Amino acid sequence: MNWIFAFIQTLLFIVLAPLLVGWVKWWKCRLQNRKAPSLLQPYRDLLKLTHKQPVVSHTASWLFIATPYIVFSAMILAASVVPLISIDLPTAASADVIVLVGFFAIARFFQALAGMDVGTAFGGMGASREMTVSTLAEPAMLMAIFTLTMAASSTNLASAIGYVLDQGMVLRPSFVFALFAMILVAIAETGRIPVDNPATHLELTMIHEAMILEYSGRHLALIEWASAIKLMLYGVLISNIFFPWGIAVDFAPSALGTALLWLLLKLAVLAVFLAITETALAKMRLFRVQEFLSFAYLLGLLGLLSHIILEASR
Amino acid sequence: MILFLAYLAVVLSLSSALLALLIRQQAVLATGFVKARDKGVRLPPAVEKFLVDALSPTRFQSRLQQLVFLCLGLAGLSAILSGLSVLVSDSIVRDQLVLGLPWLPWHVRLDSLSGFFYLIIGLAVAAVSLFGPGYVKDYDEQEDSFTVLGLFTGIFIAGMFMVLLADDAFFFMIAWELMSVASYFLVSFQHQEAANRRAAFLYLIMAEVGAIAIILGFGVIAGFSADYSFTFDAFRDTDLSVTWASVAFILALLGFGMKAGLVPIHVWLPEAHPVAPSHISALMSGVMLKVALYGFIRFCFELLGDIQWEWGVVLLVIGALSSLGGIFYAMMQNNLKRLLAYSSVENIGVIFMVLGLSMIFLDQGHPEIAALGFMAALFHAFNHALFKNLLFLGAGVIQHQVHSLNIDDMGGLIKRMPHTSKLFLVACMSIASLPLFNGFVSEWLAFQTALRVDVIDNAVLRSLIPVAAAALALTAALAAACFVNVYGVMFLGLPRSRHAEKAEETQDKGMLAALSLLAGLCFLVGVIPGMVISLLNNVSIQIIGNALPNVAAVNWFWLAPVSAEQASYAAPLVLFGVLLVGGVSFWYLRRNSALEFKRTETWDCGYGGLNNRMQYNSVAFMMPFRRIFANVWELDEKIDKKSSDVPQQVSEIRYQLQVDDHSWRWIYNPIERLVYGIARIIGRLQTGNIRIYLAYSFVTLIFLLWVVS
Repeated sequence: MNWIFAFIQTLLFIVLAPLLVGWVKWWKCRLQNRKAPSLLQPYRDLLKLTHKQPVVSHTASWLFIATPYIVFSAMILAASVVPLISIDLPTAASADVIVLVGFFAIARFFQALAGMDVGTAFGGMGASREMTVSTLAEPAMLMAIFTLTMAASSTNLASAIGYVLDQGMVLRPSFVFALFAMILVAIAETGRIPVDNPATHLELTMIHEAMILEYSGRHLALIEWASAIKLMLYGVLISNIFFPWGIAVDFAPSALGTALLWLLLKLAVLAVFLAITETALAKMRLFRVQEFLSFAYLLGLLGLLSHIILEASR
Repeated sequence: MILFLAYLAVVLSLSSALLALLIRQQAVLATGFVKARDKGVRLPPAVEKFLVDALSPTRFQSRLQQLVFLCLGLAGLSAILSGLSVLVSDSIVRDQLVLGLPWLPWHVRLDSLSGFFYLIIGLAVAAVSLFGPGYVKDYDEQEDSFTVLGLFTGIFIAGMFMVLLADDAFFFMIAWELMSVASYFLVSFQHQEAANRRAAFLYLIMAEVGAIAIILGFGVIAGFSADYSFTFDAFRDTDLSVTWASVAFILALLGFGMKAGLVPIHVWLPEAHPVAPSHISALMSGVMLKVALYGFIRFCFELLGDIQWEWGVVLLVIGALSSLGGIFYAMMQNNLKRLLAYSSVENIGVIFMVLGLSMIFLDQGHPEIAALGFMAALFHAFNHALFKNLLFLGAGVIQHQVHSLNIDDMGGLIKRMPHTSKLFLVACMSIASLPLFNGFVSEWLAFQTALRVDVIDNAVLRSLIPVAAAALALTAALAAACFVNVYGVMFLGLPRSRHAEKAEETQDKGMLAALSLLAGLCFLVGVIPGMVISLLNNVSIQIIGNALPNVAAVNWFWLAPVSAEQASYAAPLVLFGVLLVGGVSFWYLRRNSALEFKRTETWDCGYGGLNNRMQYNSVAFMMPFRRIFANVWELDEKIDKKSSDVPQQVSEIRYQLQVDDHSWRWIYNPIERLVYGIARIIGRLQTGNIRIYLAYSFVTLIFLLWVVS
């Protein structure tokens, strides 16, 4: 029963992800006094891309063609282990939160390699920048997550979220630090302003877009969909770890229904915040990103230390 | 039986060394064979036919080389078998050999710990023996080379086995020196070049300084032992005061750390590894460093008695320094083997860091978590042996085919060397610790150990261990960036040199078999880590006295070292998921054959003329890191611009980059100056004048007479 539920929950993740992207875009357009596309536009784009013939460079190898599938699979696996609307998730046990970070690493590893595969300046540039950003972001994310796992003394996401739920509303300094670290990391890792601009195609400012410049057709669709899932994953991680209230603890239909509503509400609010920051802030220079992410790393470490020193029972 | 196999491994490696000596004796052997046949020695016709063929001048050399490597392969195989059987049966085998000093015969002991390292060496030697015949074919024209190479390879491997067997300080040091000196000759193998001689000399000095430290360490324990017998059994019974134990610990850390390559005593490693032949660097980096680790574990966890948490802190700090320093320096290298050598420093740092965690937990009274850390460290040692061997052997294949080790000379090899490139990718994924490969499992276990910090009461330790975990996380992320760069620049993109353009896949099946064996093991251990964990449990019981807290939860596909609610990882399920999702999406998107992809030109912004010089190379790839972490290296960047007649236009631009190790400037050069200065002062005594020397003897005589009276 709960394995079927895990499957359905993963499907929900995959299906809802483009909607979240559309929602963020809608808000950004409105905030910038532009006419907004329909919320369903990302779905139409994906559908269109899957029906186009992909064009691949002569110089590309098998790795270039395999990468979209690997990236997509890694993201779906990551989605399958993150509790979305219920914490009773059997798949969460097969891969804990460190493995989750590993899934992100695998996707990034192959995307960077695919960027270098064709042999253009853009690809290498994107790969180099992406690895730089993620080198700083990944440890910061681990620090933020370790704060949670140490508090819950479990690296299993389902039981860690369950622990936060049991504790109720307590203001913990460590969680505040971890939350801010996590938000900064999420912005960097999903390639949003001020670290990267998902809408840009200006050579010198691209990070993520530079790596995937050569992709087209269904390959591009897979990569775009994977990025949408990644955005949603970070949103769900932030809302379910730090504000887990409303998540279902069993499979009662009413509980699941309210959990879904709560989740959509939380994600919608987060997305509005994202749209506001993206509108209000300008993109940083590449070499200021390190300050941004070192700050996240420091916050994560502070969270961990304040948990150890102030909160943990001896 | 176990001991017989263990001895067999030593004897076979020594006999391969002796066989290598025969390479010039083709004429003698052939005439001897003819004479024996004339005298009426009859052999079965098949054997005789084989011998006639093998002894012919044209075939002799390659046949003998194959025989030498066959011996090594059998040695590796028997080592694997004996190691496995000790580990599975959880027994301790002892023996005494009538060799050595009159009152101190060589004590031999094989237990779970040495059995595990026997297994590691056996696997590496087996892979090298497959790889070797194809690799040494190059040396045909220099006739004497193979003699030296084969002789010292055999002695080197036998020395490593003997270190593991030794159960008294005397035998241990003999084996240790055999290993060090033989590897010195292997490093100086291509001694025609001055740089190689310099590297070998540096290695010899550091190996000997390390050996002296180890001898002193043994001396400290022996000084307190009851009967000065120098056996490890006597050492185990010796009780040392905390101060003296700490002195012995520092000496051991210096001695074994020098061999293992801890920062800042790592400098021989990046010099020595690139100059040795590839299969030797594979053994040195993959295995010899592990022998040093073995020595350290044996010394500290068994012989020294009670562990102090301060030692763990020392290891944690030095390990963090080594892992971060190693990977930072690795990132800036463009010589592939030098890069791999620095990456070994990183991995050894990680191992020592986790070992430090284990020491801290052990002293603080949490043996079950100490066991977890200990197993994470040993598991990482095992994994590192596998993937570092694979990387070095892969580097050997590439050097063979591309005639260069500079990664910026390569590019596009994925199309020209399809098999090697896939196997190398496995190694890069393992070392970047991506899920489903072995490097990830040990890193996961290491994080699980660090996350159990809340059981500790000591406030300093409570805040120190999370910082160590942060360093570990940063190291892992940097390693991923480093190996994306390595793989991307070497195998992807357009070829950057003519050699790379003309490179071909190696035709030698043995070389590919060696790589495939190691790559297969990397993947297998990554998917079914429970296999290795169950072997390691016995080691942990023997050394720490505790197995994993929840052994029942660790089976062949489920890894839950603490408890199932707290942490678990099921790699087979993850593999199943990847295959399912990847397969479904692949099938779904490919079903319309009209949408088969089209090959065209690369997008060039409409300007045209993309060439291989426009790609990122490793220097460009690492540029953001150089800017962000600028103080980590001693950087010397020079940009020369020549302006042309047109104002504001540059006609020529030249970029030079030199990356140096801080430790040379701050540690080694001052030491060198100090030694030189002292030598000059002492040198004043030596005037070369005979009257002064007579005066010295006279004064000494008077002084001695005064003392005696």
